[in-house]
Amino acid sequence: MSSSRWLVVIAFAVALALGVAACGSSSSDETGGGGSSSGGEVSGEIAGAGSTAQQAAQEAWIAEFENENSGATISYDPIGSGGGREQFISGGVAYAGSDAALSTEEGELEKAEKRCSPGELIEVPDYISPIAVIYNLPGVEELKLDPETLAKIFAQEITSWNDPAIAKDNPGVELPSTRITPVNRSDESGTTQNFTEYLSEVVPSVWKFEVSGDWPVKGGEAASGTSGVVEAVSAGEGAIGYADASQAGELSVAQVKVGSEWAEPTAEAAAKIVEESPLDKELSPGRHTIAYELDRRTESQGTYPIVLVSYLIGCTKYGSASEAEAVKAYAEYVVSPEGQELAAEQAGSAPLSAALTKKVTPAVEAIEAG
Amino acid sequence: MASVDTTTNAGQLLAAASGGRRRRGDRVFSRSAVLAAVTVLALLAGVAIFLLSEGFPALTAAASELPEGKSFLEYVAPLAFGTVLAAVLAALVAVPLAVGAALFITHVAPPRIALTLGYLLDLLAAIPSIIYGLWGIFVLGPAAVPVMRWLEEKLGFIPVFAGPASVTGRTMLVAGLVLAVMILPIVSAVAREAFAQTPRRLQEGAQALGATRWETIRMTVLPFGRSSVISGAMLGLGRALGETMAVTIILSVSGAVTFNLISQANPSTIAANIALNFPESSGLAINALIATGLVLFAITLVTNMGARAIIARANEE
Repeated sequence: MSSSRWLVVIAFAVALALGVAACGSSSSDETGGGGSSSGGEVSGEIAGAGSTAQQAAQEAWIAEFENENSGATISYDPIGSGGGREQFISGGVAYAGSDAALSTEEGELEKAEKRCSPGELIEVPDYISPIAVIYNLPGVEELKLDPETLAKIFAQEITSWNDPAIAKDNPGVELPSTRITPVNRSDESGTTQNFTEYLSEVVPSVWKFEVSGDWPVKGGEAASGTSGVVEAVSAGEGAIGYADASQAGELSVAQVKVGSEWAEPTAEAAAKIVEESPLDKELSPGRHTIAYELDRRTESQGTYPIVLVSYLIGCTKYGSASEAEAVKAYAEYVVSPEGQELAAEQAGSAPLSAALTKKVTPAVEAIEAG
Repeated sequence: MASVDTTTNAGQLLAAASGGRRRRGDRVFSRSAVLAAVTVLALLAGVAIFLLSEGFPALTAAASELPEGKSFLEYVAPLAFGTVLAAVLAALVAVPLAVGAALFITHVAPPRIALTLGYLLDLLAAIPSIIYGLWGIFVLGPAAVPVMRWLEEKLGFIPVFAGPASVTGRTMLVAGLVLAVMILPIVSAVAREAFAQTPRRLQEGAQALGATRWETIRMTVLPFGRSSVISGAMLGLGRALGETMAVTIILSVSGAVTFNLISQANPSTIAANIALNFPESSGLAINALIATGLVLFAITLVTNMGARAIIARANEE
């Protein structure tokens, strides 16, 4: 009895060893072949982690990339932006996706640079998504809100739809006396982070709450996830919320005042504000770190200031040539017009504009493959 | 009683007759039973140790390092309140309903209907909780909106219905009702089992003394099944305390500590809070979430121990 059990164990171990050997040899073969022949074929295994906002886009990129490079295996674990940055710094993953640039708090940026040495740190925007203000008010097709009114609504200071502050920007619109139900995310999210950042930067006199991924105002209606917010706004008459513009669906979208114009959350307007914003000098120390200090107070025409900008974080040098090659090819694909177009289709993001692509591409090309 | 004695005797006779082979079977059985019991205990201890060791950093951390900048007690108190409120609400609705259904199935309905109904009731337990959640936000919530408006208008003087009524229906009341439906099958299954075992002679005795059907049930079935109903209710309460997905989807949470059941500002529950905040948490925030899990573990443990104490006392009487 015991001898037969041993046989099983040995057989299993042998099978496992053979399997591993087979995998190893086949992948190294392909690396060699890919390098010499077409050059487009990449192999290797890399892991990424981070932002949940990027999840849909990352999944689409990975599927398409693996389709074109059959030898490559890429994984993305949506553990959250903070977790992604942590794992990147500790060397657990080859790249990270983060809804915020690496900060100088607790030496995060420095640690990331150290992780990449002797190479350099790479940080580029790869995912831009406009955040729409959605509302449910039957009979009101068009709604204009200036930042101050918007902040007061979400701070629960303006509580009914026929408030004079709303009426003054919407002449000719018959506003009902319905109670306003502001809807926020109940889970921690980059969308909330960016929305509160916008309110606090543009109208600090009204928005006295902290900037946080966790909604800071008590007493509002809360729903989990973007789909939850959209569903709650759809269900509740008089409800207003914020969600990724691509997910707004049938709901009405409010126009927000930018300078003297009224702006809507379009892909072009979202990409344009990133393009026009200055780099954050402190957070962009290296040649390949491109972290924007979003100019949310902009008055420039054709921009939409409530956007979520998510970053791709990597290094110029990796431990092995095949890893570097895979990260390089993947990152190049992500920021390429095709990659951005795919994300726009599959995840509803705003593609990087031509000017942005031009700025970002050299950074990812700096990865030293081989 | 007599029957029990006979089976024991028969068992001994059989054992004596078949000798060693049977004894080896006994040994294997007793060892595997011990192994199973030890495994269960080890698992429980493992979970407790995990909660303690991972939650410990949050328990000792300064308030400023924790999420929301509050001390751990301040952080967990509203969550614990919400957890208990939702579960108690669910039990208050589910237990009378479950007892009624169990009585109907065991003592009122004709056998064929009783069988079908019992089967259907058990089926409720097979529905995944996320389906209950979706049903809550798409069907029950919107349907409850006019009812909650009416409650606010007519009964608004009772703090529980103070309002303002939610326009989306994602309230504590709706969450409690969905939880009640979810725990209904388990409570009624336990009650049914107990009611069905009420000794026939007790019931016949009551009827012989001229008791009506209701009096018979009240004097024989209910007292006989009381401890089982309590333990069933506690089992249901335990499930409602830990229920995650349905509450996560349905409840509009804003951290408020309030008994107001129909407004949009509700306290979150521990399990739902973990589900909502875990994906984007890192570092000490994760320890804090696990520490809240430890609190939930403690609440469930206390509930179960309370149930045991109540049952033990009921049995003594």
